[in-house]
Amino acid sequence: MKQYDTRRCAIRRKRRLTGDVFDFTVDAGDLAGISRAGQFAQIYVPGKTLRRPISICEADPENRALRFVIQVRGEGTAVLAGLEEGDSFDLLAPLGTGFEPGDTSRRALFVGGGIGVPPLLGAAKPFGGNAVLAAGFRSGDAVILKEDFEAAGCEVRIATDDGSFGRRGLVTELLGATEFDVIFACGPRPMLRAVSRLADERGVPCQVSLEERMACGVGACLGCAVRLRGAAGEFYGRVCRDGPVFDSRSVVWENGTERRAASWQT
Amino acid sequence: MANLKVRVAGVEFRNPVIAASGTFGFGREFSEFYPLSALGGVSCKGITLRERPGNPPPRIAETPGGMLNSVGLQNPGVDHFIEEDLPWLKRQGTAVIANIAGSTPEDYCRVAEKLSDTAVDMVELNISCPNVKQGGMQFGTTCAGVETVTAAVRRHCSKPLMVKLSPNVSDIGEIAAAAESAGADALSLINTLTGMRIDIRTRRPVLRNNTGGLSGPAVFPVAVRMVWQAYRRVKIPIVGMGGVSGWRDAAELMLAGAAAVQIGTVLFSDPYAPVKIADGLNQYLDENKIKNVSELTGKVQAW
Repeated sequence: MKQYDTRRCAIRRKRRLTGDVFDFTVDAGDLAGISRAGQFAQIYVPGKTLRRPISICEADPENRALRFVIQVRGEGTAVLAGLEEGDSFDLLAPLGTGFEPGDTSRRALFVGGGIGVPPLLGAAKPFGGNAVLAAGFRSGDAVILKEDFEAAGCEVRIATDDGSFGRRGLVTELLGATEFDVIFACGPRPMLRAVSRLADERGVPCQVSLEERMACGVGACLGCAVRLRGAAGEFYGRVCRDGPVFDSRSVVWENGTERRAASWQT
Repeated sequence: MANLKVRVAGVEFRNPVIAASGTFGFGREFSEFYPLSALGGVSCKGITLRERPGNPPPRIAETPGGMLNSVGLQNPGVDHFIEEDLPWLKRQGTAVIANIAGSTPEDYCRVAEKLSDTAVDMVELNISCPNVKQGGMQFGTTCAGVETVTAAVRRHCSKPLMVKLSPNVSDIGEIAAAAESAGADALSLINTLTGMRIDIRTRRPVLRNNTGGLSGPAVFPVAVRMVWQAYRRVKIPIVGMGGVSGWRDAAELMLAGAAAVQIGTVLFSDPYAPVKIADGLNQYLDENKIKNVSELTGKVQAW
């Protein structure tokens, strides 16, 4: 079987999670069996030049299904979010590296920010009660997937920017003296950078999922560059192929020029 | 079944559909979708004498009907290409075009020299990259620049030499003629049009490089016009490109004067586009009882 391919996938189930976040389960056929959380699909948007990279929230090979949680961020994602059950997604999947859960008897910390939370779900499930999710959202209205993590046995701690739900402040303030052996994180770059620093301080491995504007999605066009640290020095890697999940120590977290990578025309 | 074979500067392509440089890497990633022998050829990612790191991100941005890119010629260098990428690509049963770039005419010549001893079928001289400070477009926007680099590389290149032209010029006919007189065996056009967008909220350009190259359907009419103008000025064959999205566009560009077409940006929305374009052309030829695809070239009946 091909490592990745395009496939027209019927939308089996659609749910609205918040004002601008939608939860889709699609019939992905054999693609479901080779996909895992943290990998992503490039979803075709009629009339748009570029597909939209959307993380795989969960892969369910038994039911030949993939789950995607999509936030409306621009014209393209608005078109996708407007599709209904019975419509279909044209997927190019599965792409990228995905999370490597490893030994699930370890105490795992999952750190998510906003729409960065969904790809953590499929990775957290095998850890069950060994997982703690620290998730940050804009406000209580924006909280997503809390029940899904709880149903998997994970402990869920939530922070919001405005204090309308959980603790007011940053996700990193939710940790206290909690001990853990491994970290998985997905969210805005400043958050990932803080989590990466935390992992260094605690001396635990940390996998981070990065976001960048993408074109081909398969590693050919070099559009989605990320500064990485390798044996021979720094270089530009590809978020789509070398990532989107990276060892946090391999990422060069540049100073000063934090920016909203994906805020243009998505 | 029509004959889709075309010859460009002595090189045979099994069909006139060629993957455009920069969108297809060295072919490996797309070979997951279909055997590369389905394509007429592959124009490799631009290669320079030494490895280049490329530009800082963000490197791409979608725009209406297209996209901007400023990848900045990131590539592993010509030696790596010859040792690691070319042997694999040559086994795929498609024509291999090595796209080369440089900062000085000497750089271009050394790369061309190294490639002359390899199995590449053709060299495409990139003098039209808008995304690097030196070596790209400054050679491609004046007749003198085009002549200097083309003539120099010609002396060091034993392969058929195709010169890839920039659309960022006022008279593409003159530029095309300059490349021809300096010894080019073929021309390819158009490279991207220099563009820019600004995020009005942050007041920052959307690309870290500030400017980038515009490609996609938005530039297709410019490509048709420039291929047509160049075709009327030169005798050497032209490989047309710029926003080709389907077989109709490919046929149109051939009518304007292209002997073959390159396919780039559409690969990002449909990686199977080149295969569909070749199939569509075949069907179009059959339906219109045209035996050879090359009969389309330059057959526009201009007013």
